[in-house]
Amino acid sequence: MAELIAKSPGAGLHLPVTRGGATLAEWLPGAITSVAPFAGAGDKVDAALTPLGMGFPAPNGMAQGKTARIVWTGRGQAFLIGAPAPEGLGAVAALTDQSDGWAGLRLAGPAAADVLARLVPLDLDSFAPGTAARSLLGHMALILMRPDPEVWDILVFRSMARTAIHELDTAMVQLAARAAG
Amino acid sequence: MRIPCPLCGTRDRREFTYYGSEDYANRPAADAPAQAWDDHLHNRDNPCGPTRDLWYHDPCGAWVRVHRDTATHAVHGSDLVAERGQA
Repeated sequence: MAELIAKSPGAGLHLPVTRGGATLAEWLPGAITSVAPFAGAGDKVDAALTPLGMGFPAPNGMAQGKTARIVWTGRGQAFLIGAPAPEGLGAVAALTDQSDGWAGLRLAGPAAADVLARLVPLDLDSFAPGTAARSLLGHMALILMRPDPEVWDILVFRSMARTAIHELDTAMVQLAARAAG
Repeated sequence: MRIPCPLCGTRDRREFTYYGSEDYANRPAADAPAQAWDDHLHNRDNPCGPTRDLWYHDPCGAWVRVHRDTATHAVHGSDLVAERGQA
């Protein structure tokens, strides 16, 4: 079988880039597994996730373990990011591998929230560190996470990687220009 | 305009797609008379005042029934279509 060369979603798209107080870089989240608990199996899903140091998150929630992160992504659905699904989880929840479906970006720095505010219709002042949201980046579906006060992790559909980087970079250029003026 | 998603909280209207009257969620029984199906599919009120209609919250994938007022443009609240009739 042919040996194919794996490319990351942001390969060749000129990252990282720093403008003003914000840096946009590619974020490689590793394995992404969609976890959709079967009806009435919430407690068993929490138990299966305990070895990773987390439970099933509430809406707008995320939990960070030592090796993995879990983030709420919809009604009855969360994404387990950074680790393979633990043993027993597949018996109590529907699991699908989403690893190659998403492009990860990390926007960091003191101006990062101001950049996002140009593209995301959320009140970012009230977006607490350690939480997450499903929303829009321009017209693109978005999973937005804030693991630290000045770090924003962004997941968009992999096919949208170039557009997402272009939109974010344009917002960074305009914000930096305004600050310089 | 901001719309409350029962899961995500109050969000910008850009995150939502309008579907129509909540009548669309009240499907007649399969053996209902033709008039009931005609009403379900085609006949809508045009209320001035309290209204309930269906919106889709695109980011989280929830169907939401929004309670609002067409006269004052107030949005009073919402609930999940999937949990209608439950406590």
